[in-house]
Amino acid sequence: MRELTYNEAALEAIAEEMRRDPKIFYMSTDALPPLLREFGAQRVRATPITEAALTGMSIGAAGCGFRPIVDWRQVTFCFVAMDQIVNQAAKIHYMFGGQVTFPILYRASVGGGGLVAAQHSQSPYSMFMNVAGLKMFLPSTPHDIKGLLKTAIRDNNPVISFESSRLMGRKGPVPEEDYTIPFGQADIKRAGTDVTVVALAWLVHEALASAEELDKEGISVEIVDPRTLVPLDRATIRNSVQKTGRLVIADEAGPTAGFSAEVAAVVTEDPATFARLQAPVKRVCALQVPIPYSPVLESAVFPDRNRIIAGIREVLDGRRSAAA
Amino acid sequence: MQSLSPNLPPDVQREMLRRMLTIRRFEERASDDYAAGKIYGVVHCYIGEEAVAVGVCSALERTDRIISTHRGHGHCIAKGADLNRMMAELYGRQTGYCKGKGGSMHIADFAIGMLGANGIVAGGIAIVTGAGLAAQMEGKGGVAVSFFGDGASNAGPFHECLNIAATWKLPMLYVCENNMWAANTAAAATHAMPDVAGRAAGYGIPGVVVDGNDIFAVHQAARAAVERARAGLGPSLIECKTYRWRGHTERRGQADSRNPAEVASWKARDPIAQLERRLRDQGELDDAGLRGIEGEIRGAIEAACAFAEASPFPTPEQATDDVFAA
Repeated sequence: MRELTYNEAALEAIAEEMRRDPKIFYMSTDALPPLLREFGAQRVRATPITEAALTGMSIGAAGCGFRPIVDWRQVTFCFVAMDQIVNQAAKIHYMFGGQVTFPILYRASVGGGGLVAAQHSQSPYSMFMNVAGLKMFLPSTPHDIKGLLKTAIRDNNPVISFESSRLMGRKGPVPEEDYTIPFGQADIKRAGTDVTVVALAWLVHEALASAEELDKEGISVEIVDPRTLVPLDRATIRNSVQKTGRLVIADEAGPTAGFSAEVAAVVTEDPATFARLQAPVKRVCALQVPIPYSPVLESAVFPDRNRIIAGIREVLDGRRSAAA
Repeated sequence: MQSLSPNLPPDVQREMLRRMLTIRRFEERASDDYAAGKIYGVVHCYIGEEAVAVGVCSALERTDRIISTHRGHGHCIAKGADLNRMMAELYGRQTGYCKGKGGSMHIADFAIGMLGANGIVAGGIAIVTGAGLAAQMEGKGGVAVSFFGDGASNAGPFHECLNIAATWKLPMLYVCENNMWAANTAAAATHAMPDVAGRAAGYGIPGVVVDGNDIFAVHQAARAAVERARAGLGPSLIECKTYRWRGHTERRGQADSRNPAEVASWKARDPIAQLERRLRDQGELDDAGLRGIEGEIRGAIEAACAFAEASPFPTPEQATDDVFAA
């Protein structure tokens, strides 16, 4: 199969959807050249740096029958539009009794690794998960981002596509033919029997590297990539943990009230899954600090394959001592 | 000074009077029913400002879009919303416009071109600017109107939207209902310059101040701005100087920092009485005619309350409906 980068796969999804549906248009503070060349300045709009206005305008245009895409570029730039996201986009369908639909795609890159300090290295998706009325996803592969973006563009609700800045240039197989990936469907990126690792985006790849390493010791790691954050595929996570009895959650965001906390709750509040847990749930997250600039500091803050391995060993400790 | 003769057919003028009176009587009833515990939460009355909503909406087509505010009953009635479904929403019933999910601050009928009513000051300006963009892209000559208060004119979205609408020549009317007070803070204490309309100059668009209690002045300004927008010439800012007669909300015992003499002076310039007088001057309204209009309105409001009262409350299970669209 041909290979595309994560970023190329995303652009291909958007271009294909824009060809299919003339109601789709794109707004961003910089027009993306390939889209601009193909679709022109009416449908690919370079805007003032005015994210609150753009985010709100997408709601109004959607309510009038269009299917806008707003590219915030980096998630950090959407914070000036929080009223429009939280009070308006998320609530307008519900608050007015579902009179019309608001199909909107918001795009935002997340994550660190770029040595660009605290404001440009954030992973704040759990803030948005907490708001009823928004769907969102964070893919780990070119294949997944393309299929999820297509689903998002065809969805009749506001959807946020969180996209990993660390993965933009990473290549992977992407089918030529049209396909979508349903929301709320996790993907088991590696099957295993001893421990479940639930990981997102870049940390899926770090977890895969950890699993390779541990495989040499005969430890079998199952890696679950939820892909969609809202709706979250609880069943796949629970089924995996029921099988392995052990759970490590790897997340590039901090732990406090985070995605990792939600997954821990999903597992522990379910009686059938809780009954199978053989060790406490382990979270491998960023430190709860603003992301620092210096390479020494930045890498001290983020989790990686080594910390995932340490986390896996920690939840397996009980098994070893019981066996000994 | 009074606006010039409107050159509007008498039927249109009487319809303006009927809509303004409907707003007033609807809100008087809503206030009573709020006090009686039939309406919950919070109610913000538009009484005293009726000429703005009716003057502007009478310059629009049904398909044109508007967005309303937390003080929104007037915009709904002016755009042609159904009183039954409005009252049912206030009563928190299933048959309300929002199935009881919205209440007084969020009544809107999307089928008549409304894009909501916003509880966040300045929260709707960007949404309706998106409707202006949609109208421009559709190319059918539609326009969109943002209603907002003097308070909202100091918030970021006002400036962001005026800039983008002027840059893209969007078919927009920005209608500032300057009622002189943002809750209990005087506009004079929060605005660097007395006229919001003056800010239009910074975006190179027309900005006019009109007497917001003179419906013909409001209507003429709106009509000129609508023509300009439909012709592809871009947005306008219309500042309507007006006044709310009642407190910020209908909550009893709330603070009202306004001078009673100031309130009285504005009541003496009642927009409804002014239109009534002018219709009489033209020989187009007499006591019997007015009684007829009042009677119809009273009947319609009684019917709306009866409809609301007879409507079922939502079931608890419906709390989880409509979070997402299918």
